[in-house]
Amino acid sequence: MKSLATRYNRAHHGFAVFVACATFVLIIAGALVTSNDAGLSIPDWPTSFGSFSVPPLHGGIKFEWSHRAIAGSIVLLTISIAAWTWFADRRRWMKWLGVAALGTVITQAILGGLTVRLFQPPWVSSAHAAVAQTFFCIAVVIAMFTGRRWVEEVPAIEFDSRRPRLITLALLSIFVVYVQLILGAMFRHHGMSWWPHVANAVIVAFVLTWTAIRALSQFSQIEAVRRPAILLVSLLIAQLCLGFVAFLTRVAWGRDAVQPELPMVVSTVAHVAVGALLLATAVILAIQVWRQVPVSFEERAPSRTRKPVAA
Amino acid sequence: MNKKTSVAMFGLLCLLGLWLLVGCGKKEETNEAPASTPATTGAPAAAATPIDPSTVASVSGTVKLDGAAPKPAKIDMSQDAACKGTNTAETFVVDGGDLANVFVYVKDGLGDRTFAVPTAAVAIDQKGCQYHPHVLGAMAGQNIEIKNDDQTTHNIHPTPQANREWNESQPPAAAPLEKSFAREEIMLPVKCNQHPWMRMYINVVKSPFYAVTGPDGKYEIKGLPPGDYTIAFVQEKLGEQTQKVTLAAKDSKTVDQTFKAQ
Repeated sequence: MKSLATRYNRAHHGFAVFVACATFVLIIAGALVTSNDAGLSIPDWPTSFGSFSVPPLHGGIKFEWSHRAIAGSIVLLTISIAAWTWFADRRRWMKWLGVAALGTVITQAILGGLTVRLFQPPWVSSAHAAVAQTFFCIAVVIAMFTGRRWVEEVPAIEFDSRRPRLITLALLSIFVVYVQLILGAMFRHHGMSWWPHVANAVIVAFVLTWTAIRALSQFSQIEAVRRPAILLVSLLIAQLCLGFVAFLTRVAWGRDAVQPELPMVVSTVAHVAVGALLLATAVILAIQVWRQVPVSFEERAPSRTRKPVAA
Repeated sequence: MNKKTSVAMFGLLCLLGLWLLVGCGKKEETNEAPASTPATTGAPAAAATPIDPSTVASVSGTVKLDGAAPKPAKIDMSQDAACKGTNTAETFVVDGGDLANVFVYVKDGLGDRTFAVPTAAVAIDQKGCQYHPHVLGAMAGQNIEIKNDDQTTHNIHPTPQANREWNESQPPAAAPLEKSFAREEIMLPVKCNQHPWMRMYINVVKSPFYAVTGPDGKYEIKGLPPGDYTIAFVQEKLGEQTQKVTLAAKDSKTVDQTFKAQ
């Protein structure tokens, strides 16, 4: 990545941060819809009760319509950030990252429409949940790539010689958290039992702890690695606590509840929100490890495959 | 692939997605034709098997709950000011051991008999942000008239296994909706996604021999031809229990049933 090929643009970065924050609000709004069982309170899409005007916001409608309104705003914000990046950022890969963000948000809108029109089939609703967090990660990394630190700082390169490589662990962390997100979404949307999500939580806790310990024990002097590693562990602890509370309020105590109860709604929405932050942090850590702690050339090109260079 | 081609491909994919979305969302007719009706020939449904009215028998009884009834759960209707109904759940309606809202029907014993579908509709009323009745019986293909007597919009969303799912909103003072279900299905849940405590069950059967227990736990099924029958009793949480009964001509038998509290 030619990080020095562009200049820091404060307004562009500020807008990218705003888009990422707004996306986080959208994830919370979406989680509120699911937790309040309000996904089909407006039976049509893209209109709401046959119109684009604001319907009476009572019952589940307030959750679903607010989610749609914020989502519509996010589409406009994404078009803006993609266009701004395309014209203002000199890095070619950044231009295409903006386009990827736009493609993801359009896919997400289509999945949102399908989940309403097909009466929330678990696989569509779960895909909607997974793509939401994918889009959040893209928004977060756009904010990071446009930041002053990324654009102006020279990476403190330290080679990683231990096995497994930290980059391997960081990528594995993203994978297990993403699988966990899909399992959680399938459970929330009645496509799967709760136990795969709970069982995978053990794997997630192990992999993330291992990754953070490796990052902090070996590369704590690199701030860009140390900070996301500490955040990763902190969020993991918070997420495990929230998961336990969500399990109690939804599975253990709330199984026969006649309506969504406040403790269940609060704990499950917080669990989704912290899960999104955890995934984004794992992505940031992996990118920073890739940038700051590259695998040495000898590792990338094993000796048996290297040929002597002709003099 | 150059830049222009990539952008064009991306645009085409978006259009394809939107087209699929519109296609999936085409409004479907939700009044289903009974499965037995040949759709292509336009032939009428099989004529009802005649029953000799001079020999018909009846079965009646009381359904009871053995053990302490669960305390009715409180409903919080505060999210909609227009909702001013009874704020207790109807999962278990028990009075002195008598269990209401149990669906009782002839599950087996009618053989290949066919029955005329009543022309009169059965009714569901949304009042006080609750469904009335909580448990309903209807014959396959019979019209179900759904009214909204509340000053708020409801949506009616059945989530069947054997029939087609639909979800329609009904604003205050709107004309009643007319719906039907083609296939037999017991305890088909109906919910309102705007008011998540609203839930009822429709039972779709092939014969007119069914009843729902009242607040006194009593039911009565009349007009049965003589024969050996399996009577099923279904409660939304306690599941199904059955009893066998033999009815001679003009018999009037009592078949009581008791569910054990969990």
